[in-house]
Amino acid sequence: MRAILSRLGLCLMALLITAAGGDARVAPVYAPVTAGTPITFPRDHGAHPEFRTEWWYVTGWVEVQGGEPMGFQVTFFRTRPNVDQANPSAFAAKQILFAHAALADPAVGKLLHDQRVARAGFGLAEASEADGAVVIDDWSLRRGGDDRWRSRAGGADFNLDLTFAPTQPPLLQGQGGFSRKGPAAGQASHYYSLPQMAVTGAVTRGGKTQKVTGRAWLDREWSSTLLDPAAVGWDWAGINLADGSALTAFQVRDAAGKPVWAGGSWRRPEGQLTALGPADVTFAPLRRWRSPRTKALYPVEQAITVRLPEGPRTLTLKPLFDDQELDSRAGGGPVYWEGAVSDGSARGYLELTGYFEKLTL
Amino acid sequence: MTSGSSARISLPAMAWLILGEWRTQPVRVATAAIAIAVGVALGFGVHLINASALTEFSRAIATVNGDADLQVASVSPAGFDEALYPRLARVAGVARASPVVQLTAALPGEAQGLTLIGLDIFRAAAVTPGLLGRPDPAPSGDPSGGSGFGDAGAVFDETAVFLSPALREAVTEGPSRRPALQRGAVLSLSAADRTVPVTVAGTLPGVAEGRRIAVMDIAAAQWRFGQLGRLQRVDLKLVAGADREAVQAAIARMLPPEAELVTRESQSRRSDSLSRAYRVNLNMLALMALLTGGFLVFSAQSLSVARRRSQFALLRVLGTRRRALLIQVLIEGGVVGAVGALLGLGLGVLLADTALRLLGGDLGGGYFSGGRPDLVFAPVAALVFFGLGLLCAVGGSLLPAREASLAQPAVALKNAGDAVDPSQRPAIGLALCLLLAGAACAFGPAIGGLPLLGYASMALLLAGGVAAMPWLARALLSPLQGARFSAPSTELAVRRLWGAPSQAAVALCGIVASTSLMIAMAVMVASFRGSVDDWLGQVLPDDLYMRFSGPSEAGGLDPAGQARLLTLPGVAGVHFTRSQPLRLSPESPAVALVAQGIRREDPGARLPMIGSPRPIPAGATPVWLSEPAAWIHGKRAGDWMVLPIAGGQKVFVAGLWRDYARQNGAVILTSEDYSRLTGDNLRAEASIALKPGADVAAVTARLKAALPADLAVRAQFARPGEIRAIALGLFDRSFAITYVLELVAILVGLAGVAATVSAQTLARTKEFGMLRHIGVRRGQITAMLAQEGALLGAVGVAAGLTLGLVMSQVLIHVVNPQSFHWTMETRLPWALFGIVTVALIGASAGAALLAGRRALSLDAVRAVREDW
Repeated sequence: MRAILSRLGLCLMALLITAAGGDARVAPVYAPVTAGTPITFPRDHGAHPEFRTEWWYVTGWVEVQGGEPMGFQVTFFRTRPNVDQANPSAFAAKQILFAHAALADPAVGKLLHDQRVARAGFGLAEASEADGAVVIDDWSLRRGGDDRWRSRAGGADFNLDLTFAPTQPPLLQGQGGFSRKGPAAGQASHYYSLPQMAVTGAVTRGGKTQKVTGRAWLDREWSSTLLDPAAVGWDWAGINLADGSALTAFQVRDAAGKPVWAGGSWRRPEGQLTALGPADVTFAPLRRWRSPRTKALYPVEQAITVRLPEGPRTLTLKPLFDDQELDSRAGGGPVYWEGAVSDGSARGYLELTGYFEKLTL
Repeated sequence: MTSGSSARISLPAMAWLILGEWRTQPVRVATAAIAIAVGVALGFGVHLINASALTEFSRAIATVNGDADLQVASVSPAGFDEALYPRLARVAGVARASPVVQLTAALPGEAQGLTLIGLDIFRAAAVTPGLLGRPDPAPSGDPSGGSGFGDAGAVFDETAVFLSPALREAVTEGPSRRPALQRGAVLSLSAADRTVPVTVAGTLPGVAEGRRIAVMDIAAAQWRFGQLGRLQRVDLKLVAGADREAVQAAIARMLPPEAELVTRESQSRRSDSLSRAYRVNLNMLALMALLTGGFLVFSAQSLSVARRRSQFALLRVLGTRRRALLIQVLIEGGVVGAVGALLGLGLGVLLADTALRLLGGDLGGGYFSGGRPDLVFAPVAALVFFGLGLLCAVGGSLLPAREASLAQPAVALKNAGDAVDPSQRPAIGLALCLLLAGAACAFGPAIGGLPLLGYASMALLLAGGVAAMPWLARALLSPLQGARFSAPSTELAVRRLWGAPSQAAVALCGIVASTSLMIAMAVMVASFRGSVDDWLGQVLPDDLYMRFSGPSEAGGLDPAGQARLLTLPGVAGVHFTRSQPLRLSPESPAVALVAQGIRREDPGARLPMIGSPRPIPAGATPVWLSEPAAWIHGKRAGDWMVLPIAGGQKVFVAGLWRDYARQNGAVILTSEDYSRLTGDNLRAEASIALKPGADVAAVTARLKAALPADLAVRAQFARPGEIRAIALGLFDRSFAITYVLELVAILVGLAGVAATVSAQTLARTKEFGMLRHIGVRRGQITAMLAQEGALLGAVGVAAGLTLGLVMSQVLIHVVNPQSFHWTMETRLPWALFGIVTVALIGASAGAALLAGRRALSLDAVRAVREDW
């Protein structure tokens, strides 16, 4: 009986200490995504730390002069975890930055990839709110005064030192950059893209650095509530067509593989933009590939059909090679497929998430 | 080849000679072998214990440090400015930098502390992956799950803490008796003067067994434990192939005084220096035991050679070469040594294993805390100690072997008596040289922080003392030589000792070697214990002592609380103290920086000062160094030194004081200076003077009630008598191995004496026959033998005591200050002297008596006839 009482006393004391600690936990308040918010540059190239999640997503195709094409991915993410906002520590994880880089070299047959992750702060990991400038240690993605984006990323197996020059104005997705992602009103993001970027720079493989040129796609997206609870993942494609057209297509899938939402856009070279809604985009898997490591089954070959004013248009996307799965679990990230795909001269990237397990953001 | 085969002794003949000798003298051979075995066992055992303890210790350090290539660590728990972290991260050659908050923490009711580590898991993942936590599986029904970054919030949960397996077990089974700790269990953790409820989130699978570590988020640790803006450590991983020296130099240039660069090498040097002196001392004592074994082999072999003089002479006459005889005797010694050494290795493993289980890796010395080390077998060391045992035995046989081979066969064949002419005066020159060299060595300095010359001095003194024995025996007995004794037995005994000087000297060698070492050690331990006892009286002047359980860094009483205690009824006065570790150099262990309630004018009121304190220059901050602190850091009273606190503080060494509690040294500041320099005004210990007639129990209760609730749980009270008993208990525990060694030395010494005396007695069968023939009665011979034995013992004890006392002074004034950096006053354990004297004289007399009985049981006529 005494033991119970004394333990009770201890518990009560612990409670008192908590109470005496005073300051109740301050949870972060995430900014909502609202339609009609104008997108302005260069401000919106920079970070939006009040939102839960955000990314700078560069994918593209490059080739050494006279060589085989390769795919690459340089992506920076920002997330705002649910930590106590009252913590005055400079280490408080109020903003986390992480980045993935991958090189899809058919000669290797699988992705060479690496990642960086850090809590923002101390000048070691920062995302500017004024312009596009994200840094994590030795990795960076920065927009220069000449509007060219310069990225540095790499690891033990490869290195990417690439510059992306826009050849077209930014493409505002959805309604002026407000992009619905699900049936509920709040399920949306601020979203714009920079398709058809001219790539120059150098790729290092096996200790050998070579000059490359190519085409890339920069996706910028920030949001606080992106996914519907029923969603397990999404498919996304951003394709640069040879004539300068750009296709964006995505679908959010439920556990049965049925689309919960879909959307995208088609922009002609001269700038005419067609926004695509759920009824305008279909993804049809043509061939699946099973990862020997994770056993996840990915529809790596898909026919994407979009309804354009002049009629439906289908792109049959084939992967540069099958094994473009990226396992970022070591850095606390998900397992997904992010691969270079093409349909003839139309080249771009296909992203398949939620095929290993349910994706949460 | 006939001449060749006759020149050597064939194998069967050799075996026959050796076995025959052993069959007749089993006790003596066994004693010699056991003496070697004991020496080897102690040496090897101590080495194994040390090796195991050091392995364990470095594993402990490696666990707390993870696998960092380099580390920048704060010199005190106060840490350094976190702005250093990004600067370190940008040093060329540094691949990753992981900032760390490291605090010593306590759980309520747990006496043993723990290390609380605040990590940035992203940085630690690259630098110290062994410190990453693994969340416990979520209870079923938890809606969260799946992959991605969604549960990042849980990782950064301000209250989440990951516990090492040992800590988890301790908390579950500890005095607080919590049910098995589940994810979500709440603990209150005290560190850096805060008590904070934390939630168990998971385990630390990468942390080695036995380590008590809790890991939480760095931001939470900074915030909850008042460390905002401070770090205690930055772990660094270098770029593959980086120039280590260059990186270290670049880092060293940017470090503030509060931080230092720690490499694996400096860390292992530090852990090594922590117990080096202690280990070397034990090893030296073991070598001394081995040396004693060597002397016992020498005396056994000498006697055996003396007894077999006619046997060897016969072999020589039959054509055996001198060389073959030499080899024969050396092999005899070698076999004894090999058997003893093998036995010793086995005993050593057993000893080490038992000691590790019972006393821990520091043999109770208190140098290592934490897990119990596993025994690590060391094959190279085993070979070395086997070799040493063999060497001692062969070395001990060398002189007798030479004597056997050099004897003139014709003379030796007839005469089995003493080969040395009794009318010749024994030489003293060599002994004097050895003794003088020993004395000179005693004044030498420490070499590499070790009293090697001190030990050399002791070895030389021992050798000199033993070499002086024939001369000394003659000198001590000469007064008796002229005297006339009414009892014929006494007359016979004295004449016999006088007439056979080398036999007496051989017996005395063993006695003196073992007695003097034993006495030296006993005097040293008694002096040490007495000094500690006195010192305890000086440092515990008050009536009641209070401290908070767990490590002292975990928290303390604030000034308001201190003032409250002072006003309690029954309390006449309270002196508060506080200490924190402070590293003055990367290679030596941390000293204790202590706040003590002393006045700068009169430190002697509360400190056992050595020498008179220096006048303190105006405006200077005085510190008082403990003896070890002054010695290790090369400071004397009147010097200035810089303390790496508050950006580096120049302080004045106002005096030295005696301290046996902290072997790595303590630096005392006045309470005011301590608070000013460290910004820490909490106190973790109090010594309380009571008003006359105050009831201790009542005051204790009042004090407890006046403490804040979190401290009251941890408060412990003790009377000075209790602390004294605990301290002396600790002392005895740390010297337990020494006591065991002493006992073994006494027993081996006694056995050696008994074996020597009985062998000598048995060898004199025909002498007794002769005496009986000329009318000496059996009883008279027995009395003669007893007196001979007693006289021999008395001479041995007198010489051994004197030599032992001289050697104890080397231990007290040279070896101890040089290895432990503290001084003591000589105390003589008179009771032990008495016991040793009586035991030795009794043993030699008794052994002679018993052997004499056996020798006399033979028929007198047959005894004389045995000659032919």
